[in-house]
Amino acid sequence: MGLTPARALSTTTVDPSAQDSWVTSRLDFLVNWARTGSLWPMPFGTACCAIEFMSTAASRFDLARFGMERLSYSPRQADVLICAGRVPLKLAPVLRRIYQQMPQPKWVISMGACASTGGMFDNYAVVQGIDTIIPVDVYVPGCPPRPEALMHAILMLQQKVRQDRLRDRTQHVEIVPDPTSQLYIPASRIDELSEPFGNAVNQTRSAP
Amino acid sequence: MTHPATSAIASDANGSPITPRGVPHHDGAVNPSIAALRAHFGEAIGRHAVVWGETTVYVDRAALFAVIQWLHDEPSQRYDYLVDVTAVEYRDAVRPLEVVWHLRALGHRQFLRIKVELDRQGPLVVPSIMAIYTGADWLERECFDMFGIRFEGHPDLRRLLMWDSYAEGHPLRKDFPLRGRFSRAEQLKQALAANPEARYSMNELTIAEAFDVLPEDMKQRLADERVARHGLEGGE
Repeated sequence: MGLTPARALSTTTVDPSAQDSWVTSRLDFLVNWARTGSLWPMPFGTACCAIEFMSTAASRFDLARFGMERLSYSPRQADVLICAGRVPLKLAPVLRRIYQQMPQPKWVISMGACASTGGMFDNYAVVQGIDTIIPVDVYVPGCPPRPEALMHAILMLQQKVRQDRLRDRTQHVEIVPDPTSQLYIPASRIDELSEPFGNAVNQTRSAP
Repeated sequence: MTHPATSAIASDANGSPITPRGVPHHDGAVNPSIAALRAHFGEAIGRHAVVWGETTVYVDRAALFAVIQWLHDEPSQRYDYLVDVTAVEYRDAVRPLEVVWHLRALGHRQFLRIKVELDRQGPLVVPSIMAIYTGADWLERECFDMFGIRFEGHPDLRRLLMWDSYAEGHPLRKDFPLRGRFSRAEQLKQALAANPEARYSMNELTIAEAFDVLPEDMKQRLADERVARHGLEGGE
């Protein structure tokens, strides 16, 4: 749908004599194990969810158990962007810039109702879900979520990281719309088509 | 510091303020500044009201700057702290829009709320009081951003909360829809097109330009630090 086609690398043929499949799978396991245990979060805290995030990071709930005690306040050394709190429209370009500055592989946790959907702030000033700006891996419900909920999300994310395949790089390719593609639909057209079918907060995903 | 007998907030034996008790909803003690204002400005001072011990006075727009200047400079008034500048629009269509200034005299322990009524059909213009209170800068910019009221004489009247290219209007006006005027997609598109770094310039970040307007003690402290750091007066 107007996007760069995925490279067909997701299937492998197993040749028992070459034994490369065995090596690849072990490498996957090793790399994923290492990544799982040292996800460095980049906290993007804008509201009360950030307080719960601080609580999660502090000694009682102890984020260090997940290898995440090193909070990365620079996006360039971060693996996980934890967006905790509502994002005003004025902050939208900032959040996107921070996401773009993070190196691959990277993941995003949308913490709380406001970051995920705009929450109760269905108004002129607040982004109705950060997935309209950046891709999100795990959504955490709650207003704000308890630390247990965030830890559950982290465990879910670790599960996702464990299932990563090194040979399948498509999940870490940043998909940019290709205007030369035959399937390309301009953003304005997507808006036009999707507007009447939006959900209660009228989300559209075409914004560049 | 001596407090006039008419001070709105009573003091205990040590001169510390006592939280007033039993303040009536209406018809409490009137701020003595009202009588002084009437004596000095006459017709320019409109009606006043006392609600929960706080005095509100309506002032003619043309006289506003002179009134606040006088309240600030007159030794018997000394309203030295500007708390807030904001505006109120009522759902009642005939009721005028009000611009509100909250002033506090810290020495005299007085609070005064000044209002100017603006006709909605007419131009929404009031004088800027940044020449009196420098702190009015962002308060007036916020008021302009949210209500569209122009503060005449403000050196840099642009939006404060919304971004510069925001085109949907002034969000706190009653005719502004809660979700804004544009579609969500259009709002997001315009927001993402804004460059948050456009306003960051070295000129804004440097203190050099602001040096002349710093208080004397701060100037002296900066000069001392400079000497301590570089060893000689005025040299690099």
